[in-house]
Order: sequence, then C-alpha cells, then structure tokens
Amino acid sequence: MNSKQQSSFTLNDIFSFFASVRLTVIVLLTLAVTSVIGTLIPQNQAHEDYFDAYGEVLYRLFSVLDFFDMYRSWWFQFLLLLLVINIIVCSFDRFPAAWKIISGSPVFQLSRFQKSSCQRKISIPSSFDNLQTHIEKTLSGKTKKIQIEHEGERYWMWGEKGRWTRIGVYIVHLSVVFLLAGGLIGSFFGFDGAVNIPEGEAVRNIRLFNSGKLLGLDFEVRCDKFSISFYETGAPSEYRSTLTILEEGIPVLTRDIIVNDPLSYKGINFFQSSYGTLPSQNLILSFRSTASGMEYREKISPGQTVTIPEGLGTFMIKAFNQDQKFMGRSIGNAFVGTLTTNGNEPVEVILPIKFPNFDKMRKGDVIVSVAESENRYYTGLQVTSDPGVWVVYTGFILMIAGCIVAFFMSHQQFCIEIKADGASSAISIYGIANKNKIAMKRKIDMIAEDLIKSLRQL
Amino acid sequence: MNSSGILSVVTFVYGIAAFLYLVSWIFKKKTPGRLATWTAYAALIGNITGIGMRWAESYQLGYGRAPLSNLYESLIFFSAMIAAVYLFVEKKYHNRVIGAFTMPLAFLAIAYASLSPSISDRIQPLLPALKSNWLIVHVVTCFIGYAAFTIAFGISIMYLIKERDLAGKNAFLDQFLTAPELDELNYQMIMFGFLFLSVGIITGAVWANSAWGRYWGWDPKETWSLITWFVYATLLHARMTRGWHGRKIAYLSVAGFAAMLFTYFGVNLLPGLHSYGAM
Ligand code: HEM
Repeated sequence: MNSKQQSSFTLNDIFSFFASVRLTVIVLLTLAVTSVIGTLIPQNQAHEDYFDAYGEVLYRLFSVLDFFDMYRSWWFQFLLLLLVINIIVCSFDRFPAAWKIISGSPVFQLSRFQKSSCQRKISIPSSFDNLQTHIEKTLSGKTKKIQIEHEGERYWMWGEKGRWTRIGVYIVHLSVVFLLAGGLIGSFFGFDGAVNIPEGEAVRNIRLFNSGKLLGLDFEVRCDKFSISFYETGAPSEYRSTLTILEEGIPVLTRDIIVNDPLSYKGINFFQSSYGTLPSQNLILSFRSTASGMEYREKISPGQTVTIPEGLGTFMIKAFNQDQKFMGRSIGNAFVGTLTTNGNEPVEVILPIKFPNFDKMRKGDVIVSVAESENRYYTGLQVTSDPGVWVVYTGFILMIAGCIVAFFMSHQQFCIEIKADGASSAISIYGIANKNKIAMKRKIDMIAEDLIKSLRQL
Repeated sequence: MNSSGILSVVTFVYGIAAFLYLVSWIFKKKTPGRLATWTAYAALIGNITGIGMRWAESYQLGYGRAPLSNLYESLIFFSAMIAAVYLFVEKKYHNRVIGAFTMPLAFLAIAYASLSPSISDRIQPLLPALKSNWLIVHVVTCFIGYAAFTIAFGISIMYLIKERDLAGKNAFLDQFLTAPELDELNYQMIMFGFLFLSVGIITGAVWANSAWGRYWGWDPKETWSLITWFVYATLLHARMTRGWHGRKIAYLSVAGFAAMLFTYFGVNLLPGLHSYGAM
C-alpha cells in the first residue's frame, strides 16, 4: 500500500517535471546558448582542417562532443526531443481544462466579475431613459450577445466574446511539433544531391551530398540549353536551363528553370545551382610564325599532338581550365598546351578563348591562339526530395495563425450592474480578460466615459 | 536631389528629433516635446520618401528592384520602422519619455548608413538568388520585428532604471510610465516582435526552399535568427514562471536585443550566404 503510493507519487513527479514551464525555459535557453557553438565552428569541414586549426587536444574534445556536425548530434537532437516531450506533456496537462472552458457555454457568475481588478463604478440619475439601449450600444462589438439577469432592485447586462481564442497557444505549440516532425520525415525519407548535365545530354543518376553515392532516378533529365545573361556592369543577372524530363526515352515535360524557380517532377525538385563549360572536342588552332608572318590553321583535339610547319615544333593540348588565372585575375575559359621545339625544354602556353592575342606576350617564335572552338555549357543542378516539407509548411501556417490569436486576441467578459437607489442609479462596470489586463482596464474606462457622455447629451 | 541626398538630410532631422525628446524629458518641457513629435513625423515621412525614390531610381538604372538588399538599404528601412513603431506607441500611451530612449536608436541606425565611409549607398543590381518576392516579405517582416525589439530594448532600459527608484525620489523619473506599465509595454512589444520575427524566419525558409531546395540549412545567419527567436520564446515563458518577473524579464529582453544585433551585424564576421552587411 505504502510503496504503491510512493511510486505513484514519483510518477506524478516525473509528469509535473515534464509539464513544467520551468523546464521549457531551461531547454529554450540551452538551445539558444548551444546553437552558438555551430556558428563559431564551421560545420562539416574536412577533419584535417579541424586538426590543423584547433590542435590535437581541442580537436579530440570537439570531435567527441560532435561539435563539427552539432545540429545533427545526439545531444542537440535530445534537446529538441525534450522540447517536444515538454510540449506534449504540458498540453495533456492543460488542454482538457482549457477545452472545457472553450466548449462550455457562458454562465453568469457575479462573484467572478466582482473579484476582477478591472472595474469602475459610476452613478447616474434614475430619470435616465433608455438606459438599456445605451448600454447595448456601448457593449456592441465588445460582446457577441447581451444577456440580462434580474434580482430584486438589481439587474445585470452581461456578455462575452473570444472564448475560442484560448486555443491559440495550443495551436502555436502544435505547430512546433509539426515543424520538428516534418524535419524528421525529411531526414529519413528525403535526399539532397547534385548532377551536372552537358547541353544536349540526358542523365539518370545523381550524386548524393551526404554519402557521395549515386542514386538512380526512375526517369531521365536532359539539359536542352543553358544560358546566362548579364547586367551592364558585367554582373550576372540570370542563369537559365531548359530541362526535359524523359520517361523511357520519351519526352514528357519541358521547362525552363532559373535560380528561384525550380522544376518539380514526381516529388523531386531540380534547382539551378551552378554551371560550367565543357571543352570542345574539335578545335582549330592558329599558329602565326613571327619570322615569316604566315598563319597556319590546324585541327586538334585535347590530348593530341600536331606538328607546326616551318619546323617550329610540336604542340599538344594538355588541359582545359574554366577559370584560368593570370596575375591573380580571372581570364575565363582557356586551353592549356605544351609547345616543344627542337633542343629546348617544353613550354606551357595558355590560350584564353576571349583573348586571341594573349600568347604574343610570350614573345616566342610562334604565336598560338584558338581560332575556332565549340565549347558547350553544362548546367549544375541541385536535386532534392523532401516529403516532409508539407508538414513543415503546415507548421508554418499554424504558427503564424496561432501567434496572432495567442498574442492579440483574448477571451473577454463584460458585465454592467444597474442598481436603482432612490434618485440615482448605481452602475458598476466589470471586465474580465484572460490577458492584457491593462487594455481591459482601458476598455472599462471607455465604457464608463461613453455612458457619462451620452448622459450629458440628454 | 537624389535619394541619398534626401536621406542624409533625414539623418539630421532624426538627430534633431532625438535631441528634442531628450530636452523635453530632462527639462520637463511640453513645447520641445510637441516639437519632437512633429520632427519625428517629418523624419519618418522623409525617410519613407527617400526609400520610395531609391526604388524609382533603381528602375531608372534598369535594375527595377525593391530597395532592401544591402546593408545601406536595410539600415534606412530599419530606422523608418523604429520611428513608425515608436510613434504608434507614443500615440497609444501618450508618453514622450520613451522617445528619449528610442529615437536616438533610429538616429544611430540611419546615421550609420549615411555617415559610415565603409557602407556604400550605390544602387547595385540583384544577384540571381535574391530575385524573389519572398525575399521582400522576408526582409520587411524581419525588420518590423527588429524595430519592435529595439523599442522593447529602450523600454527595458527604462524599466531597469525606474525599478531602482520605486519610492519615486528621483525627479527625472517621474514622467516615466510606472514600472508595471513599462513591464507590460515591454511584453506587448516583444509579442509583436516575436510574431514578425517568426513570419520573417518562415518566409526566409520558404525563400531558401525555392532557391536551394532546402528550407533550413543551419547557416550562421539562419542559426542566429533562431537563437534570437529562442531567447524571446524563453522570455514569453519565463514571464509565466514564478521568480522571473520584472528585472529578469528586462535582462532577457536586453539579451534578445543583443542576439538580434549579432544576427544583423555580427554574422558577417562568420562565414555564410546572406549579403546584408557585405559592404
Ligand atoms: C519552441 C517551443 C515553444 C514555442 C514557440 C512556444 C510559444 C508560445 C507562445 C507564443 C505562447 C503565448 C505566450 C503569450 O501569450 O504571452 C506560449 C504560451 C505558453 N506556453 Fe509555449 N511555446 C513553446 C514551448 C512550450 C513548452 C515546451 C511548454 C511546456 C510547458 C509551453 C508552455 C506554455 C504555456 C503553459 C503557455 C501559456 C498558456 C496560456 O497562456 O494559457 N510552451 N507558448
């Protein structure tokens, strides 16, 4: 008997611990403080870099505490879980009582009004006609329906509004559960990857960010065209890819995507995230001999070697750079080749496509440049799928709606007591609000002023 | 005169308004107070005109975009929001001392934009990722929230001063609202700010999802806005627990304001994606 009582006592203890707002305050503050860590330590970098930056001891310590991927760490997730448990238990604790009030119908309880801190008493002559109509007018908009109770010399006009607004905070709390549930669904059933597609080609496999593994889609994506437009300043203004979805080789959908406007197909989203240039497989190089002034044009492919006339040597294309640097500045797309002349060390020659005269600077016996090339763009797409996103968005809507109700609306009850007392009537005005008592006090004052004013107008 | 010119003038008008609010408080004079209110309205109207002109100028330059995309533009929007929220409070509570504690902050925001040599007022085109209507809603709601938190900060400072002198000995403090009134007003401002910060974070998440396919990525700016949100959520709940009334709430409001400032200015010292503050 005794032991049973004790165990139920501890269960209660645990329940009230998880239902307490004190726990909420602690968990929210802890979340605020610990979240700072991940903004001071860059997340998910290479471990060698961390080791170099922090030294062995700190590296070990941070590693054990999961500081390098802290928002996914067990202890951070545990704090979020604690918050959700706290919300759920707290709602279990309070919601039934709140629901009883919300779903109940208003009952006249004079003593509750008399206890309220928002009240005011005025006195008016009994000769005042149509008092009821005046009171009805001042109360209109403040209450839904006005009811009247009588008792001897006294009567009361009372009403209320906003009973339902007590549900606001529960909606806010529910929204937090939705957000975290949606996040969880996304992390279990969603993916995040990337793929580069050269213009004119179609792909089926994408590379996942987290694991680096390939994921096969059950359809193909083709990039028909990629283009960039620029502002007059030279800054990029728009990246645009024309994408086609192919089901078993048959095009089913073609659409352009730009940075803020992705393509969604079967729950998978394709975002414009980068682009690049693929080198032309066949290009024509120009070789101008400084001795004779003659220009020779030769077809060449990357990796291939050609012999330059006049015994000026051989030339091979060795690489293609999308972002060639020259004296610290970018000169754009460039082929890099090797020029070998008899008896000399091979020299590296840079052939930027935009600057055909670039090689003049080398002051060699031959000036090499790209005469014709057909470089293709490839588009870089981020590919994501997140089945939890609609749960999260529902949470967003619930949170905004719930906050508006919880912050700016309240359950307000009004009661005006009229007591005939010889030549004058004593009028008491009462108000009850479940929040913002100062505003309620002001309303009560306004009702009193209203009545006094309409009295003067008579 | 172009928008930058007008906004430089507006900066001085804010300075005068702040000065008049301080004079009216310290010397307990009605006339400077009334003048302060008119000056503040003039500054706000000028500020909004400047923002509107900047918008028009961006169309003349062929970029055509809302003026809300770099540090300069966000600061001038911030000062307008602080002034607007303050003037609303003044109208509702008929108390000008609050102006002495908040109008200097509006002045500081716009003065930082206009006078700091490291902040460029040039109108630049938008990066492709920033072209989104969500972005406009995101910035506008965030800064309305920030403005409310700024006013709450001023009120919290007033509370902390007033609360040391409950006996009412200090003559400088007798025009203050009472400590419970300041506490309640602080709370009202924080609820208002919390709603707008929530909408701001949410629209930012929707924007990120439409641009990058993820609504949340724990980048430092996102994380710091969430930290700010956590601090104010703590405050809303702390108010309901025993032993957390008054002074502790005011301290939490100051802490929330500090987190907000770090979200706004400090994050650029850390690596990340957002461009405000990139000067
Ligand atoms: C991130 C999580 C949370 C958020 C965003 C949140 C948000 C809110 C908001 C906006 C209010 C209204 C405050 C006001 O009217 O001043 C509120 C009230 C409240 N919250 Fe939370 N809350 C969270 C977590 C929790 C948890 C875990 C508990 C569990 C104890 C809790 C208990 C309460 C209570 C008891 C109220 C007052 C309800 C009333 O006025 O009747 N909250 N919350």
